[in-house]
Amino acid sequence: MSPVQAPVLDVRDLVLSYRQGDERAAVVHGVSFTVEPGEVVALVGESGSGKTSTAQAVIGLLAENGRIDSGTIHLNGEDISRWSSRRLRNIRGAVVSLVPQDPGNSLDPVMTIGAQVRETLEIHGRLDRREADRQVIELLTSVGLSEPALRIRQYPHELSGGMKQRVLIAIAIALRPALIIADEPTSALDVTVQRRILDLINDLRREYGTSVLLVTHDLAVAADRSDRIIVLQGGRIQEQGRTEDVLAAPQNAYTRKLLSDAPSLATARPRPPIEPGRPIAVTVRNLVQDFPLQSGKTFRAVDDVSFTVARGTTHAVVGESGSGKTTTIRAIAGFQKPTGGEIRVGDLDVRSLRSEELRQFRRKVQLVYQNPWGSLDPRQTVQAIVEEPLLNFDPLPRDQRQARVRAMIDRVGLPAALLSRSPHALSGGQRQRVAIARALVLEPDVVVLDEAVSALDVTVQAQILTLLAELQRDLGLTYVFVSHDLAIVRQIADTVSVLHNGRQVDYGTVDEIFSPAATAYTRELIQAIPGRKFPRAAFDRPPLAAAGPLS
Amino acid sequence: MTTTDSFLHVTDTTKQGETAGWLRVLAALRKLPLGLVLAWLVLTTVVLWAAMPWLFTAYDPLQGTPGGQLKAPSAAHLLGTDSLGRDLFARLVYGAVHSLSGAIAAVGVGLIVGSALGLVAGSARGRVDTVLMRLVDVLLAIPTLLLSLSIIILLGFGTLHAAIAVGATAIAGFARLMRSEVVRVRNAEFVEAAFGSGGTFARVLWRHILPNSLTSVIAYTAVQFGWAILQISTLGFLGYGAPPPTPEWGLLIAEGRNYLATAWWLTTVPGLVVVTVVLAANRISRSIGRSSP
Amino acid sequence: MTLYVFGRIGQALLVLWAAFTLSFVLLQALPGDAVLIKFLSPDFGLSADQINEIRAAYAVDSNIFVQYGRTLFNFLKGDFGYSLQAGVPVSAQLATNMPPTLRLAGLGFAVAVLLAVSIAFLSSMAPFAWLRNLLQSLPSLLISVPVFWLAIMLIQIFSFRLRLVSVINPGPWESLVLPVATLAVPISAPLAQILIRNIDEIRTRPFIAVARAKGASEARLLWKHVARNAILPALTIAGVLFGELVAGAVVTETVFGLNGIGGLTEKAVGNQDLSVLQAIVVISAAAFVAINLAVDLAYPILDPRLRNRAGVER
Repeated sequence: MSPVQAPVLDVRDLVLSYRQGDERAAVVHGVSFTVEPGEVVALVGESGSGKTSTAQAVIGLLAENGRIDSGTIHLNGEDISRWSSRRLRNIRGAVVSLVPQDPGNSLDPVMTIGAQVRETLEIHGRLDRREADRQVIELLTSVGLSEPALRIRQYPHELSGGMKQRVLIAIAIALRPALIIADEPTSALDVTVQRRILDLINDLRREYGTSVLLVTHDLAVAADRSDRIIVLQGGRIQEQGRTEDVLAAPQNAYTRKLLSDAPSLATARPRPPIEPGRPIAVTVRNLVQDFPLQSGKTFRAVDDVSFTVARGTTHAVVGESGSGKTTTIRAIAGFQKPTGGEIRVGDLDVRSLRSEELRQFRRKVQLVYQNPWGSLDPRQTVQAIVEEPLLNFDPLPRDQRQARVRAMIDRVGLPAALLSRSPHALSGGQRQRVAIARALVLEPDVVVLDEAVSALDVTVQAQILTLLAELQRDLGLTYVFVSHDLAIVRQIADTVSVLHNGRQVDYGTVDEIFSPAATAYTRELIQAIPGRKFPRAAFDRPPLAAAGPLS
Repeated sequence: MTTTDSFLHVTDTTKQGETAGWLRVLAALRKLPLGLVLAWLVLTTVVLWAAMPWLFTAYDPLQGTPGGQLKAPSAAHLLGTDSLGRDLFARLVYGAVHSLSGAIAAVGVGLIVGSALGLVAGSARGRVDTVLMRLVDVLLAIPTLLLSLSIIILLGFGTLHAAIAVGATAIAGFARLMRSEVVRVRNAEFVEAAFGSGGTFARVLWRHILPNSLTSVIAYTAVQFGWAILQISTLGFLGYGAPPPTPEWGLLIAEGRNYLATAWWLTTVPGLVVVTVVLAANRISRSIGRSSP
Repeated sequence: MTLYVFGRIGQALLVLWAAFTLSFVLLQALPGDAVLIKFLSPDFGLSADQINEIRAAYAVDSNIFVQYGRTLFNFLKGDFGYSLQAGVPVSAQLATNMPPTLRLAGLGFAVAVLLAVSIAFLSSMAPFAWLRNLLQSLPSLLISVPVFWLAIMLIQIFSFRLRLVSVINPGPWESLVLPVATLAVPISAPLAQILIRNIDEIRTRPFIAVARAKGASEARLLWKHVARNAILPALTIAGVLFGELVAGAVVTETVFGLNGIGGLTEKAVGNQDLSVLQAIVVISAAAFVAINLAVDLAYPILDPRLRNRAGVER
């Protein structure tokens, strides 16, 4: 080896395209970058930026209709871009390996964990069974999996998401490859788990000297975890450079936009405090929700949650998966009868509503769903979707009804030309605007938003959040906002409930929640938010060691 | 598309839309799958045979030409003649109405009764659902041919009776499909959203659940149509369907069996017609199933 | 675990009982006395006493509920009554006709599975795209072919044209070749279809990409990961295939003139021999219910994901 180390990965002028019908659509147009030994390089971009395709090309796993049109991919000095799949097989897993996006579906459901980790060893070398088993246990121990001897006999469905991702990391590092491709390795996981998994990848990298190509949509993750950043948009590199440099002084307009739209603690400007004496719009008192289990026992999803929301303000319900946050707001929206406790919206007791009263109650409270792909009927036009609530309640003449639909569509910032389209002809952000229009056309008092922006790209997310803020200011709406993302909560909420395993561990104003006075769990959540290395970010974080819990 | 939520490209494409309209039609025509076009062609032809058989042949399907028995295909008799000197092509054309009407009646019985059962079971849930679905399990437990034979014994032989017997065996499949579709759509978020917009059960059913369940039911109906043609021809072959001299396709094959060594066309050609029609129905079904959004 | 098994067995017995009731309604209650009318015709030359004897034998003279109870009790004992046509106990007819049908069906099923698995896996492994497409569309062609016509075509081609299989005085195995081939086709087509669909679906799953990223060869992917995941769900159509097998046996035995349950069924319908048909219907339903029960009970053992739900482990 020469004294100056050659890069592990050297991609030159890469052009990728997919076959669609008779035509080929290029998705990556001449991308060049390198990954040096022991370095973490982040490929950052929104959906459709070509980041995942680029990563797939490096490990030779492009979808069947995908193809490398031109350019080279040098791995350890050898151009692999024209290799046959038979030849690529020898380096996959051994020289370059993959940590996939979706740990839930990335392990074979009918194969034991042990067999799946062992498979990599089997493919690339002849080991006797006992030696292989010993190595598998060693690997599972090194990725921090508890009771490895038990785990090797278990099946994937018996493990949590974080544990599955650890197993997948064990598979990726089994043969100490020169390069690990981590394709959105944590986007399906809760923030606290995300943080531990990213820490683990970092530790292993340091221990083995492996390089990492980190593919992510989350600029904050990239900022915290990479040495260099490559910003992709529309299949072209917008900017690349050392992470600190890009963050401190972004050269490219798109990078600057990404940075300003990224919901981080740094950019959040806390809202002015609520003036006292505002009427209360929503009251939740000692809410309890049980679900029957198949075994005949019951599972308590929500356990004694209480909060109030003043009219015209935003209350955020925060928690990780399984915290009971969605269950809580579904009860508020009248989709679930609570097991115990009280929910009042205005002067109505939600629990006591019977069918027709419940139907009338819908005029007051509307729910906006997380996923605009599922919450709009694919067979309706935008016009029909927004019109439907009016048909249910107000027997308006046709032209008046249409005028109201038009006004509402305009109000959420959509052009009237979209009225005749069906949802699948719209982008994600447009769909969510339609869903908001449908919720607002009845002029409700309270809008319940279930992770309403988390399925969207950051730039779109920022636009929708701005729209929601405008609508609240103009129409005096009260929001109950569910989110797992504390950075967003900081931006838009006045008051916050933090739920953990169905219990409310913290409740107070945004400032109180983000102060050192919050409980250890809340502080752990805040600590886990990526984006520590964002400029100014460090100032906003409360220290971990601090006083006792909030009331 | 999703990267920037700008509306620039929206107005853009609407302007282009008008000029590119014709080009798009041409492109769509070029992409049209040949198999699907053929399938529709086959089905249209057979429907025309059934509706206006006299347009296609001058021969009488029941009256043979004396001395013209068991003639091989020729210019005079395109597909040859049978043991009574009847023109095989004429018998096939005139037979279409028996096979088609039988299949339509059978699918109609299955579609109406089965979908109603499935719709009620899927909408009502709870005990009604359990009881109805157990009943469907019972229908499924008896092999289809035996079930239709039992019904034929009860009703007697004949085209209509055979159709009803085949239709009865189709009920279970339709009921199961309709129920699973209703349950699937019911659990969709947009249906909950429709209730959330203040929709009553009947309105949500009519506006969202039915239209969204319909595609797969229509696709299944097309498959069942092909299947019913097969079943009816089987019953006809076994002699439980239309009585001779009706030119029902299954019966044609049964009658041709005695002349296997001397007149191959009598069995081969009607079978090929059945296969073609069933293939066409299945092809159309697949295209319907795929077009669902 | 035991609770699940007993619940499932109870459910199966309930369905079987309901199927028996349905067959009774269709074949005994509704037709009533009608069938016996033909014995009154002078062709049979029966005396009034003999007719009364027959009526008593068929128990049509008593109340419908008494008849139902008696028939149910007799069926449970394995006594299926007398054949109108042959005048012998139905159970005796079944006993002589069952072995040849079981042999035919068993062989047909084995060949069908072999055929379906070969078509499905070759259609995803074959070296050329046109060959893969051909194999993929083969099942939908096979499913469109009427079984009776297929039998006739096979006879015409292999016996009459090519003279490979003799139809006159064939050997014991020679006589089975064409019937088994006929029977295998309608069974293999739906099985191949579901296998192809499963294989295509499984190949797009992320865990296949992970296995590929480990450096696994195509063969390893197919056998270690795709095969097991694709074959498991195919078990659920075992009951449907059994129905096809019964229908196929009726048609095949009729066309080839073989002795067996299928031929017996065909004759029973032709002669309106209700007791024979009812026995065959109920026995088929019992077999169907037993097969589905076996699949349901075996499934959690084969699929680890269902183990906890069924309570097999822990």
